[in-house]
This record gives sequence, C-alpha cells and structure tokens, in this order.
Amino acid sequence: MVDNSSSEILFSEDTKIDGTVGHCFADDAKMSMRNVNVFYDKKQAINNISLDLARNQVTALIGPSGCGKSTFLRCMNRMNDNIAICRVEGEFKLDDEDIYAKKMDPVLLRARVGMVFQKPNPFPKSIYENVAYGPKIHGLASNKAELDEIVITSLQKAGLFNEVKDRLDDSGTSLSGGQQQRLCIARTIAVSPEVILMDEPASALDPIATAVIEELIDELKEKYTIAIVTHSMQQAARISQTTAYFHMGQLVEMGETKKIFTNPSHKLTENYITGRFG
Amino acid sequence: MENELHLSQHISKRFNQELEEVRNQVLKMGGLVEQQVSNGLIALLEADQALALEVVETDAKVNAMEVEIDETCTEILARRQPAASDLRLMVSIIKTITDLERIGDEAEKLGKNALKISPEQSGAKQFVELRHLGDSVKKMLNRSLNAYARMNVEEALDIIQSDRLIDEEFDNLSRLLILKMMEDPREIKNALRISWCARALERIGDHSKNICEYIVYLVKGKDVRHTSLDDVRKSLLTEQ
Repeated sequence: MVDNSSSEILFSEDTKIDGTVGHCFADDAKMSMRNVNVFYDKKQAINNISLDLARNQVTALIGPSGCGKSTFLRCMNRMNDNIAICRVEGEFKLDDEDIYAKKMDPVLLRARVGMVFQKPNPFPKSIYENVAYGPKIHGLASNKAELDEIVITSLQKAGLFNEVKDRLDDSGTSLSGGQQQRLCIARTIAVSPEVILMDEPASALDPIATAVIEELIDELKEKYTIAIVTHSMQQAARISQTTAYFHMGQLVEMGETKKIFTNPSHKLTENYITGRFG
Repeated sequence: MENELHLSQHISKRFNQELEEVRNQVLKMGGLVEQQVSNGLIALLEADQALALEVVETDAKVNAMEVEIDETCTEILARRQPAASDLRLMVSIIKTITDLERIGDEAEKLGKNALKISPEQSGAKQFVELRHLGDSVKKMLNRSLNAYARMNVEEALDIIQSDRLIDEEFDNLSRLLILKMMEDPREIKNALRISWCARALERIGDHSKNICEYIVYLVKGKDVRHTSLDDVRKSLLTEQ
C-alpha cells in the first residue's frame, strides 16, 4: 500500500519536473551558480542546476535524502575536489570570481567560503587553539594581542564567549554538543569568511541547543551570506529567507521561504513539505 | 498579557518580534472598529449624514486589516509552528479578527441606515432606548478590547455575563418599535430601519462576547463556548 501511494505521489502527471519553478536568481547575488552538473563516476548527482545565493540572506536547501543538496553545497567551496570520482561542471562565481579557475587556491577559497558540518568536529586542542588555528595559518594576526582579539570576537559572535571565557585552555571536546557546534562556527568566523555553508548544523543537537544555533544564524546573516542544508523543513521555514527544494538531483522549486511554505508552486514541493513523501 | 504568556521570552528574538507585531496589529484593528461603532452611533442618533458616509467608506480599511493580519498569522503558522500558548494565541487572533471584521460590518450597517432614515418621520433620536442600547454595546466592546489587551480572564467572564443585559435591552426596544408601527403605519419604514440598527448593535454585543471567550481560551486553554457560565467558573476554580 505504501508503495502504491508513494509512486502515485511521485510519478503522477503534475509531479513532472520540467525545469525549475519560482525565482532562483537574486538581484544582489553573493554567489551565482549556473548550469551545474555533478557526476560521481557515471552517476549524475546534480542535473543542470542554476541558482544564486542572495547577499546577507539565509538560503535553505531542502529535499529528501540523496537529492543532491549536500553535494551541491560542497561544490560551493570545492570540497568535492578531494573525491577522485567526482566531476563538477558548470559555472560557480563568488561575486565575479570564478571559484574553479586555475589561479584560485582552494585553501584560500575555503577561508572565504567557510563550512560547518553536521557533527561538531572541534580539533583535539584547547578552545582557544580551535579558534586561533585558522587565523594563524592564514596569517591574519601579526601578534598575540591581535590573535587574542580575533579569538574573543569570534567566540562572542558565535554566542559562546560568556560560557567559555574562564576556560579557554580546556579542550574543545570537553564542551557540550551545542557548544562544540558554536565553537566550530566561531572557528569558521575567525578567518573572516564572506559566505558560510552549513550542512545540517543542528541535526545532532537537542531542541534548545538547536534554537540557540538558529538564533545565531539569524544574527550572522547581517554580516555573512549563508547557505544551509537541512533535513528539517521546519528549520528551513524558521531561519531562511529563500528556500530551494531539490529532488533527485534537480532543483524543483526555489523562492521566498514564506511563499514556499504557504503556497508552493510545484506539486512535488507541496508533497514534500506537507510530509507526503521523503 | 506579557505576564501571563511570556511572549518575549523565546530564544528567537525575531519570533518575539513577530508575535508582538501581530498582537499590536489586532489591538490597532480593535481601536479602529471601536471608533467605527462609535461614529456609526453618532451618525444614527444625530442624523449626521457626512459622518454616516465616512463610516460606510472606512469599513474597507477594517476589511483590509483583517486580510493583512490573516496573512501574518498564516506566515507565522507556516514558519514557526507555534505550540501551546503561542498556538492558542494564533488561533485566538485568527478568530478574534473575524469577529472584529463582523463588528465593522455591523457598524457599517448603522451608517447605511443612518443615511436612509427619512428626517420627516420620527428619527432615531427620539428613541432613548436606542441610545441606551448603543451606549451599553459600546461599553461592552470597549471592555472586551481592554480585557484582550490585558488578557484579563476575570473581566472577560464578567463581560460574557453582561451580554444578557444587552439582549434584554434589545427585546425592550423591539417591543417599543412594534407598538410604534401598530399605532401609525406611516412609521413602519423608519421603525424597521431602527429595528435593523438595534439588531446590529445586539450582534456587536454577541461578537464582543465571542472575543471574551477567546481570551479565556488563550489564557486558560479552555474552550468556554456553548457552556453555561457557572460551569466555566467552577471548572476554572477547581483548576486553580
């Protein structure tokens, strides 16, 4: 019975994907992606997707497992470079720079386009060192005082400073899950990124820690452009201004979050956000 | 309200803001509706045609506010998935503005009838009972809106009870109008219009009562519609 109903929902006439509906391009784009195709060996994971990340906004990428949203996110700071079988085609621009250009150093790119992962992954070092590591290797501080300043402001921006100010020398792994995730966000902020990519940043956290991270994301967007992949569509609804719905490697619909969650244009989007499949 | 519902204590500041804003929108709509009723009554009792016209035209503003608040609520429901007291707040707002909009319509009726009552025959002015009914209804509406702003359950229960008096006043006025019509059939036309106005006022009382029921629901989480007041008081008391 389950099979029948889900195939009906997925393959009926009005759930055909015929290009993207909605608005995928922004007036003021921080990043623009055009005609992106991604292959893992012969399998195509992303099928001709074009979209913009609007400057100082939160863009949420949602969709069922295996729809390509994480793959797409990882392409935006060349995390897929390290996967031998992965081939990326299409245009990726950060402001007007081609991020896949030969002269672009992926290490520098990842400082400008930071990433926060699903599981908090602090280095097995002190809280201070976790945040100071990036600025050190990128030479952002010329002396200890400057470095201290960067560490403190980054922890403040991540809403963690008051909780850890008396134990900056403790190990980063001694913190709670929610605190570790904020530490990772502080670490990302410390190298002054322009864009922050987040892959399920709150899925390993309890509801209160999640609410704290979400509030933080809302504050961070004043300074940074944010793209977030999330399994929780409620989270996308709460924190994003724009939502993109991915399905089987295609971008089905993208638009204002309010519109997507009150009156989506595509039947597949409607079915997914109302919990009819996925 | 702040004390009872802790609206500003969410981790998300934006959610706090959104709830505060939509609540202010409702209070603003309440203020406008109250003014409409008051102006409609003056237009009717003083046969002020210009004011009557203004009331009729201003109803569009009330309607627009209802649509606007509805939209805000839909967005909050879709994006925030409010729970418990926040959810009750949303439900009570959506219901309250429907009643406010209807009160607006009744006020518009007062204006429309004021425009049509012919001045040659006995106008509305001579009916002291109509003036009295109008004052009672205005006061009831005002108290309901204040109770809403303060989330005052005791006051709300009191107001629900007072609706009976309005109904009695309406019955008295109806009897008087029937008498008038029997005495002189030439008065029927005006008397009917005045009767419709009285009916509109009585309905405003009903809508005010509904708003008070939503206050009880919002604060106590109890649906007190279609129950006797004594039962309501009893169950609220045992809860405490």
